[in-house]
Amino acid sequence: MIGSLVAREVRRGFGGPAWLPVAFFLLVATLVPFAVGPDVRLLGRIAVGILWIAALTAALLPVERLIEPDRADGVLDQLAIRGTADEIVAAAKIAGHWLAFGPLLLASAVVGALLLRLPPEQLPRLLVALGIGSLGLAALAVAVGALTAGLQRAGALAGLLLLPLAIPLLIFGAAASGDARSGALLLEASVALLLVAGAPFVAGAAIRASRT
Amino acid sequence: MTALLRFDRVTCRRGGRLLFEDLGFELRPGEALQVRGPNGSGKSSLIRVAAGLLRPESGAVDASPLALADDSLALDRELPLGKALAFWRGAVADALESVGLAELGDVPVRLLSAGQRKRAGLARVAASGAPLWLLDEPANALDQASVERLAALIDRHRAAGGAVLAASHSPLPGMWRMLELGE
Repeated sequence: MIGSLVAREVRRGFGGPAWLPVAFFLLVATLVPFAVGPDVRLLGRIAVGILWIAALTAALLPVERLIEPDRADGVLDQLAIRGTADEIVAAAKIAGHWLAFGPLLLASAVVGALLLRLPPEQLPRLLVALGIGSLGLAALAVAVGALTAGLQRAGALAGLLLLPLAIPLLIFGAAASGDARSGALLLEASVALLLVAGAPFVAGAAIRASRT
Repeated sequence: MTALLRFDRVTCRRGGRLLFEDLGFELRPGEALQVRGPNGSGKSSLIRVAAGLLRPESGAVDASPLALADDSLALDRELPLGKALAFWRGAVADALESVGLAELGDVPVRLLSAGQRKRAGLARVAASGAPLWLLDEPANALDQASVERLAALIDRHRAAGGAVLAASHSPLPGMWRMLELGE
């Protein structure tokens, strides 16, 4: 059941909504030069920060479609009846969501880095940091999606929940993208690990609590 | 023979309102029980308690492996019906045949009518192979021919040693033991 759940998430992601965060990510990266001016040196210096902010906001887009449609349509109930724990469902959703979100985000980060003239030697570090960060963001998105499932104005609430919780990822991730020797990458990885390990339990409990 | 479903002094309260109190019954292989009562009397809540989706305030519920068909379809709208059902495993082709949807296996779920969706939910239950069926308003939106197919489906399941608990405010086809709520 877990394998088919992951496959279902990936299929539903690439069936359309997975491209939305990518488009959003690139749009944010394109907008910044309009706002701060076309100074190449300045853009290169702030590129990492811009790309991280863009990644954070892009991670917010799928939140509403991750849990709520399945809750409303009884898919979560049917899985529970078949004896699949809500935590397992949440873990499978995190894995499937990351597969539809992470690799595309990294690909668009390469494009964004070119657009913003990120110094080329920084690109591998950015991709490693963003890759690890995207795991944490995927876990966070599923947890927040479960917490806000069934609520009115869930989208706005999801932003208020997700963005503050993503601050540690942002701090260490952006630092790790800029400087390889600071140890920030390890701290970012530990934050991501904590999120990936904790999110299934948070999401599982939220799914159970939302059952009426 | 042991019961497939047993309610032991089950009390259910929702939104502060007492729906049923100290309810006890057993459902053995081959039996069919219809929960009857006016709107809001707790029929659907009883089904969800039996399915383990809702925790009763007190009492114990013992259930064998079960399958549930309620208002929620739980089938991916963008997929053809056959594929959407296959996600839930089981003998999909036979189940589609038994609810008269064999012809529609390739039609996307989103294009099905209300009655066809109801039958698709029944097909998922039939495909599950679970001994206990929980059906919430199974005859809603069904035409006459489909109601007869539903009766035949339930008869076959009972003859094979299964049991059915259905909630419905209107009479269902076939012979049912009755449980009245909201009196």
